[in-house]
Amino acid sequence: MIYLTRRTTFSASHYYWNPAWTAEKNEQVFGRCANRNGHGHNYTLEVTVAGEPDPITGFVVNLKWLKEIMESDVLAAWDHRHLNLETPEFALSIPTTENIAIAAWKRLEPSVSAAGGAKLSRVRVYETPDIFAEYRGEP
Amino acid sequence: MKAFFGRRYTISASHRLHADTLSADENRTTYGKCNNPHGHGHNYVVEVVVAGAVSPETGMIINMVALDEVVRSRVTDRFDHANLNLDPLFVNRVPTTENLCRAVYALLKDALPAGELERVRVEETENNFFECDSE
Repeated sequence: MIYLTRRTTFSASHYYWNPAWTAEKNEQVFGRCANRNGHGHNYTLEVTVAGEPDPITGFVVNLKWLKEIMESDVLAAWDHRHLNLETPEFALSIPTTENIAIAAWKRLEPSVSAAGGAKLSRVRVYETPDIFAEYRGEP
Repeated sequence: MKAFFGRRYTISASHRLHADTLSADENRTTYGKCNNPHGHGHNYVVEVVVAGAVSPETGMIINMVALDEVVRSRVTDRFDHANLNLDPLFVNRVPTTENLCRAVYALLKDALPAGELERVRVEETENNFFECDSE
């Protein structure tokens, strides 16, 4: 089994806010991330697929195809967007790095499954070089 | 829904790799430049990965501020700008990055809720790193 990873970046803005809480509690839990004017990051998205190299091409997947689905399924919706205000998944959930990783998995998994070869193994999202969240499709 | 959260911290520390049970020549052969008598230093990167369910209320696995506080009080306050050889943990144990990684794992495991610590990775330089988990 080979794990193949492709990396890309996107830039987006967000804020953390739970509407069920008071402003004080939001500020206490989320700190500066609760500023309702939002702020932004250069996110790095790493997508790992797992499979066997094709005996003819030597590829686990075609990296051009992987790049294209990362762009069409994720970047087209999120790059240079305000995640809270412009993306359906974060109308109801808070765009933390954890939730962004899960949402990226959900966006990519149908395309990877439909291709019928390698399986989606891991999605990792870096909010900054020092902070990342990872989702492996586990319940 | 199980996910993972990782955070990187930096500690600058000195160490000397030297085993008392080996002769001077054996130490020199085993550890090379790392055995130089006065020690040397690194900017270590400590990467801490916690696993858990994402809370529907906060969208988080763990509050990063709380994790920072645990890592600061247990690890970075202890090792940053210190000589690792003088730490009680390394009195009878060579402060290789393997052993530093295990020490960090043990210091954090007790301080985080059960099951949360997934993995500790310590990068000694940009080109070498060590990882340990519960195994």
